[in-house]
Amino acid sequence: MQTEAYMNLFLGLAFAPLLGGIINRIKAAFAGRTGQPLLQQYYDMYKNIRKGAVYSRTTSWLFRAGPIVGLASVLIALALVPVNGSTAPLAFTGDLILFAYALGLMRFFTVLAALDTGSSFEGMGASREVFFSALAEPALLLGLATVARRAGTLSLSELLAATSVTSPELVLVLAALGIVFLCENARIPFDDPNTHLELTMIHEVMVLDHSGPDFAFIQYGAALKVWVLGSVIVGLILPVAGGKFLLLNSAALLGCMFMLAVIVGIIESTMARLRLLRVPQLLVAAGALSLFAFILSMR
Amino acid sequence: MGSVLETTMMLLILSDMALLGLSRLRTCIAVASFQGMLLGVFTLLAHEQALTPRIFLIAAVSFILKGFVFPQLLRRSIREASAQNEMDPYVGYSMSVMAGMAMFGAALWLGEQLPLTLAAGMHLVIPAALTTVLTGLFLIIARKNALSQCLGFIILENGIYAIGIVSVVEISVLVEIGILLDAAVAVVVMGVAIFHINRQFDHLDTDQLDSLKG
Amino acid sequence: MLLLLLALGIIVISGCGALTVCTRPRLSSCIGAGGTVLGCAVGMIPALEVLLQGTIQSLRCAWSMPCGSFFIELDPLSAFFLLPVFLLSALAAVYGGQYLMKYKDTKRLGVAWFFYTLLVASMAMVCLARNAVLFLIAWEIMALASFFLVAFENEKAEVRRASWIYMVATHLGTACLLPMFLIFGAHAGSLDFDRFAHSLPQPLASICFILALIGFGTKAGIIPFHVWLPEAHPAAPSHVSALMSGIMIKTGIYGIVRMLAFLGMPALWWGWLVLAIGIISGVLGVLFALAQHDLKGLLAYHSVENIGIIMMGLGVGLIGWSAGVPSVAILGMAGGLLHVVNHAMFKGLLFLGAGSVFQAAHTREIDHLGGLIKKMPYTGACFLIGAVAISGLPPLNGFLSEFLIYLGSLRGAISMGADVAVPLIGAVAGLALIGGLAAACFTKAFGIVFLGEPRSQAAANAHESRPLMVAPMLLLAAGCLVAGFLGMYIVPAMSEVVSGILGFDAGHELKIAGGYLGSVTIASIALLLVVACLTLLRRFLLSGKEVGSGATWDCGYAAPSSRMQYSASSFAQPITDLFKMVLRTEKRLQLSEQYFPAAGAFKTHTLDAGFEKIYRPLFEGAKCLFARCAVLQHGSMHLYVLYIVITLLGLLVWLVR
Repeated sequence: MQTEAYMNLFLGLAFAPLLGGIINRIKAAFAGRTGQPLLQQYYDMYKNIRKGAVYSRTTSWLFRAGPIVGLASVLIALALVPVNGSTAPLAFTGDLILFAYALGLMRFFTVLAALDTGSSFEGMGASREVFFSALAEPALLLGLATVARRAGTLSLSELLAATSVTSPELVLVLAALGIVFLCENARIPFDDPNTHLELTMIHEVMVLDHSGPDFAFIQYGAALKVWVLGSVIVGLILPVAGGKFLLLNSAALLGCMFMLAVIVGIIESTMARLRLLRVPQLLVAAGALSLFAFILSMR
Repeated sequence: MGSVLETTMMLLILSDMALLGLSRLRTCIAVASFQGMLLGVFTLLAHEQALTPRIFLIAAVSFILKGFVFPQLLRRSIREASAQNEMDPYVGYSMSVMAGMAMFGAALWLGEQLPLTLAAGMHLVIPAALTTVLTGLFLIIARKNALSQCLGFIILENGIYAIGIVSVVEISVLVEIGILLDAAVAVVVMGVAIFHINRQFDHLDTDQLDSLKG
Repeated sequence: MLLLLLALGIIVISGCGALTVCTRPRLSSCIGAGGTVLGCAVGMIPALEVLLQGTIQSLRCAWSMPCGSFFIELDPLSAFFLLPVFLLSALAAVYGGQYLMKYKDTKRLGVAWFFYTLLVASMAMVCLARNAVLFLIAWEIMALASFFLVAFENEKAEVRRASWIYMVATHLGTACLLPMFLIFGAHAGSLDFDRFAHSLPQPLASICFILALIGFGTKAGIIPFHVWLPEAHPAAPSHVSALMSGIMIKTGIYGIVRMLAFLGMPALWWGWLVLAIGIISGVLGVLFALAQHDLKGLLAYHSVENIGIIMMGLGVGLIGWSAGVPSVAILGMAGGLLHVVNHAMFKGLLFLGAGSVFQAAHTREIDHLGGLIKKMPYTGACFLIGAVAISGLPPLNGFLSEFLIYLGSLRGAISMGADVAVPLIGAVAGLALIGGLAAACFTKAFGIVFLGEPRSQAAANAHESRPLMVAPMLLLAAGCLVAGFLGMYIVPAMSEVVSGILGFDAGHELKIAGGYLGSVTIASIALLLVVACLTLLRRFLLSGKEVGSGATWDCGYAAPSSRMQYSASSFAQPITDLFKMVLRTEKRLQLSEQYFPAAGAFKTHTLDAGFEKIYRPLFEGAKCLFARCAVLQHGSMHLYVLYIVITLLGLLVWLVR
């Protein structure tokens, strides 16, 4: 029982950084390169943990609190998402609201830490981050509400267990959540995680000044965020193989997460980054998709 | 089979939303072309119990006309008039999509109010068709570019066609009139092309216009 | 009950006392603030007692006022509103005692304290009154007292303007309340509230509902009746803004809720209307807040937003009530009401914080501030807690009320038919958008004011406020934090309040909701534990390693200046641009025309769209109309006497006819 509840927590903690490695390998393959090792993100974090840190004289304690609160919030969000068919450790009715708001808390502190440096680049990233996520939030909650209406429950654990893609409106929700997934995790077409020090970036530019263990926390938090939002999407797709087949379910989840990483890699290799002006339109479209799906589910 | 029909209708609505949200004229024409093909398929699906050669004919004609001929004409107009590729909105794209959702809501409500008797599994058809009609009107109203207005007219006609296909028990004159309207659109497309060429002359240098006069 | 009257007595008498010694500022502050704190502490006892035990205490005396009787009653709903009144008034009084010392040589502080105590007492009386005449008298005293407090710095033109706008707005609201009470009274045969309940037939009930919505809504600051709010709140002294924004506008909510209880079973469109007003107020409030450059103006617009959230809760409750879904009705109402208390706490806290910033840096312009968290660590930490709470983020109290509203709307949205589900899913979408935009707005407010480098010399020279100003903020911040963890006790304790409005038992449903909030608490505790562990881990990882400090990495640029930082306007610019249709921000850009760059200027200004587009034309029109009536008014005494004689004769003829 216990292991079942904590399974996604374990899987996420262990494999989240691997997703980034897979994405990068796919992108390298498209570009005809060998690419980084699959475990590169683990190496990076290990390297950062062993280092000391440099802090800007402008910063205050908030700058140091940002990565910690961010990582803690995403861990809480992770503890709300189960492996399909089991119940997450912190599950309760209405936990999808807490899920969305835990990610909000992470964003709030990351943004404040960015503003604490006084750098105009980081301010720019922070401004974009709050802007886009304010538009992504309705899409996320409306999408989850649609699924909740089909499943008749407000708990993420029951909700993921009760659904698998059987109807067209779920496809719409998946599309909307997919857009939210790419936006919240600052992937192409919203943000290019590879163009360091460009004016067009969002997430990467906010964390320019962090170093050492702080930066490792941020990298880990970002990887976990990919995992958390990804496992919700995967949970909606995957059918449940009954509560007893925990290993089967876990293996399926893991496999699907890797597939998701591959898909993200393909998207990143084949698409260009959107113009910033277009980003709000895409997010509004995601909200409209969710709303459309909800209206359809009402019949 | 009902769910396939429903999926078709959802795709129809989604393509309406895409038309409202997209900014490139060429992409919009591609969407309109997709919508036309969708309607061709829909003609067959809506009458799957009684597939007569006439239905096949109507489906094929609309599939080809709406899916290929009109879009091609529009594309040619763009090329010939070297019109710009932007839709030039009066109402912003995000706003348009939100308006589209509102129109869909209104269409759902209207669809319930209208005294139409439909076969089971078809209850999404009328709302989807009405949404398409409203989308067409919206495009005509809210876009500056003359070509996108023409596009709006095609979309409007698509909606009317969809209503005609299901609301008349025996396929009758109404649908035939719809096809005729299609032809009318074709004429309009040509008209726009000519209009654009005319406008081009207005924008030419005065000394060249002088030479034309001579 | 006597204890409550005693409390009000202490408060008013201390105000009079402060007035008598108004030549000695320090003494009158001591008397005014001390009396308020004492009175509030005494008043808290019966309020808590009634709230926890669910009993009703009442007192009725004869009164020589026509149609009036001195009838007051303390039921759970009144007690629920009295608690924040007393709590915030006491804390704001302590703060104000120190805050007003700056004006001790230029102003008569005794007068300010007199009106302050009058405001506190009248707010309490509004919640207690059970007779329409008594209620309106208390309502008017409240309006007048707050008017004089807003006009505290009346030597400034903009303060005078703001206070007059407030005066006009509040009386337009009262003008709607009078006919409403008259309709009630005509049907019930008495102006006592206990005869009002369920007395009106349908068309009249709807008319009264609309009148209550306009009349009380003007005080509450719902859009489109909000125009006085962004004017008056920045103009008033900060502790008064805290009081006005924290609780005085909530008396409007109290009035609406009280009238809803009298009107009984609502029509479905009432819920739609209230919910729509809530969503519009919420979204527009936060958007206008984002466009503000004045810290207190930003907070004032956020009051509009939070009133919107409260109205959304009430709207969800009304929809559930009229559709016969008790759980939705209970959760919506409870969420809306809980947000009243929560907002009182964090908005009070934020206004006090803004006051501290103003006194330390002598400016409220966000773009002139910066880096204050190093100069004012306590104010900064308190403001941060308020900012997280108002954004509705866990683990603070703002999340609890938003959670209840979400839960109520989602519960209805996933189980009911289209006529209920559509507005409720609108509430979910609206709340999500408001939440995201509020987070944007408060990362801006906190980030630009307290973080980074100081943007002006005044901000660089700022210093922490006196302990008497910091202590109330710390208490409020602690309240926000603790309340966030006590959801499972607070929400079930509201059952009497909610049952009293809805007329059916809410205890069971709220106990279940309390259970969910218990799970939220567990998650919050887990969050704090993880934060603690990570902090220790970080310390362990950094121990023995080299921790350096340097300049901010600005992509290789070596000499960044504080002027190069992202400013509040630039931070909010993407959002204000997206919503430029509603905001209509004026932009003025001046660039030099020469080949080489010279000084340029860029200015944005966001006027209130409601004020500019609706009220200004309306009042201009009214002015034109009344100017024509000026023919009657010559200033000549003979003519006036003639008018009087004509009127008297006319009346006489009408009587003997």
